[in-house]
Amino acid sequence: MPNPDRFFLERFGLTEASLSQYLGAALSVGGEYADLYFEHTTSSSLLVDESLVKTATEGISMGCGVRVVAGEQTGYAYTDDLAPEKILKAAKIAARIASGPARVSTVGLSTLEAGHDFYPVALPSTDRDLADKLELVVRADVAARAYNPRIKQVRVTYGDQIRHVLNAGSDGRIVADFQPLVRLNVFTIAQDGSKLQSGSSGGGGRVGLEFFSEERAPEHFAKEAARQAIVQLDAREAPAGEMEVVLGPGWPGILLHEAIGHGLEADFNRKGISVFSGRIGQRVASEICTVVDDGTIPARRGSLNVDDEGEPTQKTVLIEKGVLRGYLQDRLSAGILKTTRTGNGRRESYEHIPMPRMTNTYMLAGTDAPEDIIRSVRRGLYAVNFGGGQVDITNGKFVFSASEAYLIEDGQVTAPVKGATLIGDGPTVLTRVTALGNDLKLDPGIGTCGKDGQSVPVGVGIPTLKISQLTVGGTAPRSAQSFT
Amino acid sequence: MAERQLEQVAAELVDRAVRGGASTADATVLEADDFSTALRLGKIESLKEAASKVLGLRAFLGVRSATSFSSDFSPPSLERLVGRTIAMARVTSEDPASGLPEAELLGCYEGDLALFSRDVGELSPESRIDYARRAEAAALSADPRIKNSEGAWFEASVGRKAYANSLGFVGSYRSSYCAVSVAPVAEDGGMQRDYWYSVARRAAALESPEAVGRKAAERTLRKLGARKMATCQVPVIFDPETARSLVGHIFEAVRGDAIYRSASFLTGKLNQKIASERLTILDDGLRPAGFGTRPFDDEGIPASVTPVIENGVLTNYLLNCYTARKLNLRTTGNAARGVSGPPHVGPKNFYMVPGTHSPEEIRRSVKAGFYVTELIGFGVNVVTGDYSRGAGGMWIENGEFAYPVEEVTIAGNLAEMLNHLEMVGTDLEFRSALAAPTLLVSGLTVAGT
Repeated sequence: MPNPDRFFLERFGLTEASLSQYLGAALSVGGEYADLYFEHTTSSSLLVDESLVKTATEGISMGCGVRVVAGEQTGYAYTDDLAPEKILKAAKIAARIASGPARVSTVGLSTLEAGHDFYPVALPSTDRDLADKLELVVRADVAARAYNPRIKQVRVTYGDQIRHVLNAGSDGRIVADFQPLVRLNVFTIAQDGSKLQSGSSGGGGRVGLEFFSEERAPEHFAKEAARQAIVQLDAREAPAGEMEVVLGPGWPGILLHEAIGHGLEADFNRKGISVFSGRIGQRVASEICTVVDDGTIPARRGSLNVDDEGEPTQKTVLIEKGVLRGYLQDRLSAGILKTTRTGNGRRESYEHIPMPRMTNTYMLAGTDAPEDIIRSVRRGLYAVNFGGGQVDITNGKFVFSASEAYLIEDGQVTAPVKGATLIGDGPTVLTRVTALGNDLKLDPGIGTCGKDGQSVPVGVGIPTLKISQLTVGGTAPRSAQSFT
Repeated sequence: MAERQLEQVAAELVDRAVRGGASTADATVLEADDFSTALRLGKIESLKEAASKVLGLRAFLGVRSATSFSSDFSPPSLERLVGRTIAMARVTSEDPASGLPEAELLGCYEGDLALFSRDVGELSPESRIDYARRAEAAALSADPRIKNSEGAWFEASVGRKAYANSLGFVGSYRSSYCAVSVAPVAEDGGMQRDYWYSVARRAAALESPEAVGRKAAERTLRKLGARKMATCQVPVIFDPETARSLVGHIFEAVRGDAIYRSASFLTGKLNQKIASERLTILDDGLRPAGFGTRPFDDEGIPASVTPVIENGVLTNYLLNCYTARKLNLRTTGNAARGVSGPPHVGPKNFYMVPGTHSPEEIRRSVKAGFYVTELIGFGVNVVTGDYSRGAGGMWIENGEFAYPVEEVTIAGNLAEMLNHLEMVGTDLEFRSALAAPTLLVSGLTVAGT
């Protein structure tokens, strides 16, 4: 197990004295707070396409971001060169946001423990032989092709990274972390005559290569991607209009991420531009809904020991039995709102200013049997796999796109339908959750969230649930009104 | 570094790779100076400034290859990079289509493409902040119902890029761009937000911040009072911003990598009529100051103009060297490469040639229909052409805007949409590497209540 605290000291000679000097420069013309974010990321990726290992890539990115906070204002600069003069230069550029007398920088820095270790990895993926990673992608390729002769194209990608970070703040805190991240994705194309369809599946987390075994073996994801493409060959037009929708467990939890998660990020709320602004304590979901954001689930893709501002992550209740309880906070927003941080200050890399972001967002399980939920629907849509989603946080309208869905007719799951976008309204969609399964599941670990041009790994999860009314964006209207 | 020095870094890295055992190699080196500021309600929220650099290496062992990237340009680090890249290349597969371009294809457009303007780098921080401040002030003062703002932004970037390969090609160029944008929030019962922006390679070519702010306000105000509508099949007008996303889907469908994998609904359709004869799309690498313009692509192929769809007939796929070999065609100079992998296929200036109808004429031709100004989500499948996206905009009655619409989807199939292109507008503007004028498409399903 590498010691995260020693990494930057040993590689780049960073000491408490040098960190103090940089923080002093950052606060040399005022400002209340400054921090340094050192990051060193090693990454590798592989691509198998047409059963050939076509691409192997490896890279190193490193740098330091310097932030100076003066009131509600942030100055930021970064350098990809960790020579002392370059860091000092970045500190002085970041300092331009402030204008006043120098602050005495720190009371003396001390290294803090993260307090927990949510992703102990015996052997980091970057220390494994390339041959071990190759074996995973090749096995997935073979299994996907073997699934059915109509599978014509298979593409498998593997990616991993090891991120060392060190956060030093002018409040005297130094916090370091070591963050592994691994994923495997399989993409398939099935062909039947002139009909083509695609499927995809994958898994991963803050884990080592041993993750891909047993029920998470490469063959599992390969068969799943192949199965989806084959099922879609028989898909008919998706329905259009409002109807009952049942979401399967796991990845369809992207509903929560789009419908309420982004709208509860504190930056939007302190600015009063979220549809959820000022609604703490109000009912925004049916009584059976409790939603949390939890950065502390071991080995999950969205988990972190500390956020990218050095704050320990936690489990934050967003909605409790239908009532809005809290927002996701970073340091700046929590300070302005005079509340406590929630460990949700995240950034894509040292080149970016942190902001409130989700970790793993999920809804607690209910009591209904999933079969009973489906049986309760006369005519509706059963959606089990999704692509991406998006939200307008100001008017609350959100979409998420089903990639595998079926009709429900008289309580039975019947024909597969083509992919369709579902659209709804964040503050009302969860008030229409009328049944909640006992089968909570988290996604397989391949989700990435984008906000203001910054991508971060996240997780989602739900049990099977029923929404009494949601607009399905298919092409087959029930009673088509036609205008010419 | 000056471009010459960047060229030297790239060429030396290629030499180092060849000395280290690579049969052939190429390298890309990028450098950028970036500035951005965010203001909100007249106050600075953030100021950000940095210089960055990165290099990417691709090494071949015959027809095996691997790639690597790093921001550390020190000789010992580059020596390690070369060693590891060649070691990786040993375990990849032999791929007969891989390799550098044929030497006779290499070259560089020599004329001035107006990609760089000194005035972007010369703007003072105060004047940069002032652009954003003025844009937001104009939006906030446009109407009393504009009561809040998500913010206003100004960014400026100056970049340099060099490419070298072991066939002896070395080239470099610099580029610049700046952008001002603002996202006002209007309130009247419910809240709505929209935005507008101006982007250019020359600071002097930016629209006035006041014009940007007023347009942002207008776009935001027209969303107030938006409602759902009944599910129906109606003619749909895409404004130039949303029409650009359609052109983007067509780009994804004509990329060589999608074609050789049969992962596009346009696979096997070369030289066939695939669209209304009103549709002509060009991919132009030479358009002065364009956002997809470059003197050579990321494999050293000189810029050119590629017709893609001519009066409804698909005349060219877009290719880099790899996909060209896979399809037995010739590269169209569309190699695009970050540094974190081999070259993929990217657009030059990929745009729909304007038609003869003014946007007003198109609107007036519609008795009952939907004018789309906003699309959200990712519900497009280029393999099948199936299309289903969240949408917002205006309901049209008797050729006039009747009321704003939200929380609906529009759905259809791209192959059919291309054939149901009824009118093409005159209002083409280049605001990114993709561009399209106002379009009228029939046969789409709008799903609401």
